[in-house]
Amino acid sequence: MTNSVNVALIGNPNTGKTSLFNKLTGLSQKVGNYPGITVEKKEGYCSLDRMNQAHIIDLPGTYSINTSSIDESIVLELLMNKNNRDYPDVALIITDVENLKRNLLLFTQIKDLNIPSILVINMSDRMIKKGIQINVDLLEKELDTKVALISTRDNTGIDLLKKLLINYRTLSKSTCLDLKKIDLKYFHNLQKTFPKEPLYKLWIVITQDINFGEIDRKKINTSDNFTTHYDKIIKGLQHKETIKRYQIINNVLKKTYSFNLNTATDFRSRLDRVLIHKFWGYIIFFFLLLLIFQSIYDWSSYPMDSIDSAFAFISDSIKQNFPPGLFTNLLSEGIISGIGGIVIFIPQISFLFFFISILEESGYMSRVVFLMDRTLRRFGLSGKSVIPLISGTACAIPAVMATRNIENWKERLITILVTPFTTCSARLPVYLIIIALVIPEQKWFGMNLQALTLMGMYLLGFLSAIIASSILSKILKISHKSYFIIELPNYKVPLFTNVFIAVLQKVKAFVFEAGKIILSISIILWGLASFGPGKEFKNAEEIVKANPNSEQWSSETLEYEIASHKLEYSYIGIMGKSITPIISPLGYDWKIGIALITSFAAREVFVGTLATIYSVGQENKLTIKEKMKNELKSNGKPMFDLPTGVSLLLFYAFAMQCMSTIAIVRRETNSWKWPLFQLTGMTIIAYIAALIAYQTLS
Amino acid sequence: MISLDNLLPGERGIITQFEANNLPMKLIEMGCLPGNEVEVLHLAPYDDPIYLKLDETHIAIRKDLASQIFIDLK
Repeated sequence: MTNSVNVALIGNPNTGKTSLFNKLTGLSQKVGNYPGITVEKKEGYCSLDRMNQAHIIDLPGTYSINTSSIDESIVLELLMNKNNRDYPDVALIITDVENLKRNLLLFTQIKDLNIPSILVINMSDRMIKKGIQINVDLLEKELDTKVALISTRDNTGIDLLKKLLINYRTLSKSTCLDLKKIDLKYFHNLQKTFPKEPLYKLWIVITQDINFGEIDRKKINTSDNFTTHYDKIIKGLQHKETIKRYQIINNVLKKTYSFNLNTATDFRSRLDRVLIHKFWGYIIFFFLLLLIFQSIYDWSSYPMDSIDSAFAFISDSIKQNFPPGLFTNLLSEGIISGIGGIVIFIPQISFLFFFISILEESGYMSRVVFLMDRTLRRFGLSGKSVIPLISGTACAIPAVMATRNIENWKERLITILVTPFTTCSARLPVYLIIIALVIPEQKWFGMNLQALTLMGMYLLGFLSAIIASSILSKILKISHKSYFIIELPNYKVPLFTNVFIAVLQKVKAFVFEAGKIILSISIILWGLASFGPGKEFKNAEEIVKANPNSEQWSSETLEYEIASHKLEYSYIGIMGKSITPIISPLGYDWKIGIALITSFAAREVFVGTLATIYSVGQENKLTIKEKMKNELKSNGKPMFDLPTGVSLLLFYAFAMQCMSTIAIVRRETNSWKWPLFQLTGMTIIAYIAALIAYQTLS
Repeated sequence: MISLDNLLPGERGIITQFEANNLPMKLIEMGCLPGNEVEVLHLAPYDDPIYLKLDETHIAIRKDLASQIFIDLK
C-alpha cells in the first residue's frame, strides 16, 4: 500500500508555481471548482517513490496571507481548517530566487500557522547570470526548514524536492515571529482569553474577514481585553507585524544571500524601454493583435474545413448504412450534427489560448496593463480590465472571473458589465460562417478582406465595451476607495509544457462544459423539428402531393418539399414563426428565428441549429456552409445576402446571448440586478443596431 | 522630503514616511516601508501609472497612491 501525502503549493504570482505543479503532476491534473465559488481548484497526483505518492493542490497565487480577494481567501481558509480533507500535511512555498525577500514574507506567515513547510527556491538557473549566491545550509538553519533549490526550466532539483516530501515528518513546526514582540499587552491578553488556541491563528481570525470553522469569531468579538474592530489600532499592529517580519527576513538574508549588482543584466530594462514606450508600445500591441487574428483565421480554416466535411460524411454514411427510422435520424441529424458543432471550434480556441498564454507567460501582459491603465481609467475601467477584455475574446465566463484582481469595486463592476461585448469564441463560428457567405474572398492591400472583416468585428467588440463603460461610469453612482497595484515580472521565454497544458485545459473545459449544453440543445432541437402538432404536420405528404405542380417534380424535390412543409409545421417551426413579426424588420425569416431562440442558451448553437434545420430531410452530402448558401428568400435571392448578413453580425456582436454568462455575473455581483440590467441593455442595443443596418443596406 | 509622484524616471530615494491608514496592506507587504529604497523606472503616458523598483520588487502604482508616500531623494 502506498502512503499519500497532502501537499499544498503556495506562492506569490509569477514564481513559477504552476510550472512546478505541471512538472510534478503532468497530465494527471484535474481542474475543478471550489464548492460554491468559481475559483479554479487544481489538483493532481505525483509518485514520490514506490511507497509514497503526493496529492498536490495548486493554490491560487497570493502575496500574503492577509487576503484582499476571493482567490486569496481560498488559501487562508484551507490552511486554517484542519478538518478540511485537503488540509496539507506539508506546504511547499515557491519563491523566485530574484525576489526572495518579498517571497519570504509569505513563507514566515505560513510557518507561523504551524504547518510543516519546505522553502522551494525556483529559477535557480538565473543565479549565475544575476551573480546570486545562497548559503543553503545556513538558510535552512536560520529559518528552521528544508530548502529545495530548483529550476523548473532546467528540470533540476525536482528529485531532491521529492525526497524532502517523503521525509516530511521530520520537518519542524516552529514559528518565525513571536507576536508578543509587536505588542506585549495586546497579544498577552488575547492569549490569556484563549489559552488553547495558537496565537497567530487568533490574530488572523481578528484581522481577516473570513469565517473559520474552528475558532468562534463571536466569542472573540465579545471580549473586552482587546479590540477586534478593524480600525487604526489593528492596522497599526498589522503594519508593525510586517516590519518585524521583514526585519527577521533581512537578518536571515544578510547572512545567507548575496548578489552582484554589476552582473545584473539589463535585458529587462532594455525590453521595457521598447514595449512600454509611449508611442511604440501601443503600435507593438496593435500589431501583435493583428498578427494573432490573422493567424487564427488563416491557420484554423484548414482543420475546420476538414472537420466540417468529416462530420457531413459521417452523418451521411449513417443515413446510408443504418436501417431507416427514428433512431437513425436522431443519430445522424441530432447527435452527429451536435457533436460536429462542438468539435469545429477546437482549432480556434486552441490558437487563441496558445497566444494568450504566451503573452501571459512571457510577462508581456502586465506591461499592457501598465500601458493601458490611464487610457482605460478615462472610461471608468482599470488597466487590469485589459486581461478580462482580452480573455473575453475566448469566453466571457473566465473573463468575468478574472476581474477579481481589480481592487476598486466600481471599476470591477463596469468591467464585468462590459466584458460580454468583447468577441467571445462562441461568436466566432457565427461570424466565420456569415463572413464566408457575404464578404467576397478578395485581397485588399495584401490583406484578406474576410480576415479584415473579422478583425473589424473584434475591434467593434472592444469599442462597444469602451463606449458602454464610459457611459456606465457616468451613470453609476458608487463611491469607492481606489487603489491599483500590479507587479511587473521579469520577462521569460514561455515554457512549452505550461502553454500546452493551458491550451489543453481550455479546450477540455469548452468541450465538456459548453459541449454538454450544445449537444443537449441539438437533440432537443432535432426533437422539436421532427415532431409537430396538428394535421398540417401529420398529413404533410398528402398536402404537398395535392399541389398541382407536384406531378412534374422529381422524387428528390418532392421529398424536400415534404420535409420543409413538415419543418414549417413542427413545434420549432411554430416557435420560429411566432417571432417573425419582431425579427422580419431585421431581415430574418422564421428559420433564423429558430436559431435566435435556441442560441439564447449559447451563441455557438446558432450554426448548429441552422445545420440541423437545413439538414432535416436533405439527402445530399453538403457542408453547413453549402446548405446555408443554397437557402433562398421568398423572392428567390439568397437568404444570406449582405444586408441580412451584416444585420446578423451586428445582432450577435451586441446581444447577450449566453445563459452561462448571466449565471456567472449573478454570482460575481451577488445580485440579479446587474445581470438583468446587462441582458436588457444589450438586447435593446443589438436589436436597434441590426435594424438600422438592415434597413439602410437593403 | 517630497512625495513619490514628483520623481522623474531614474530618480531614487529612501522612503521616510507615508499615510499608513490610506495605504493598502498589500503595498506595505510588497516592501513599501520606511527605510526601503525606491526608484522610478518609467512613467506611462500622462505620467500615470508609475513603474517603480521598490526594494527588489518591480511594481506599478497610480499617481494618487504615490502622492501619499514621502521620500528623501538620493
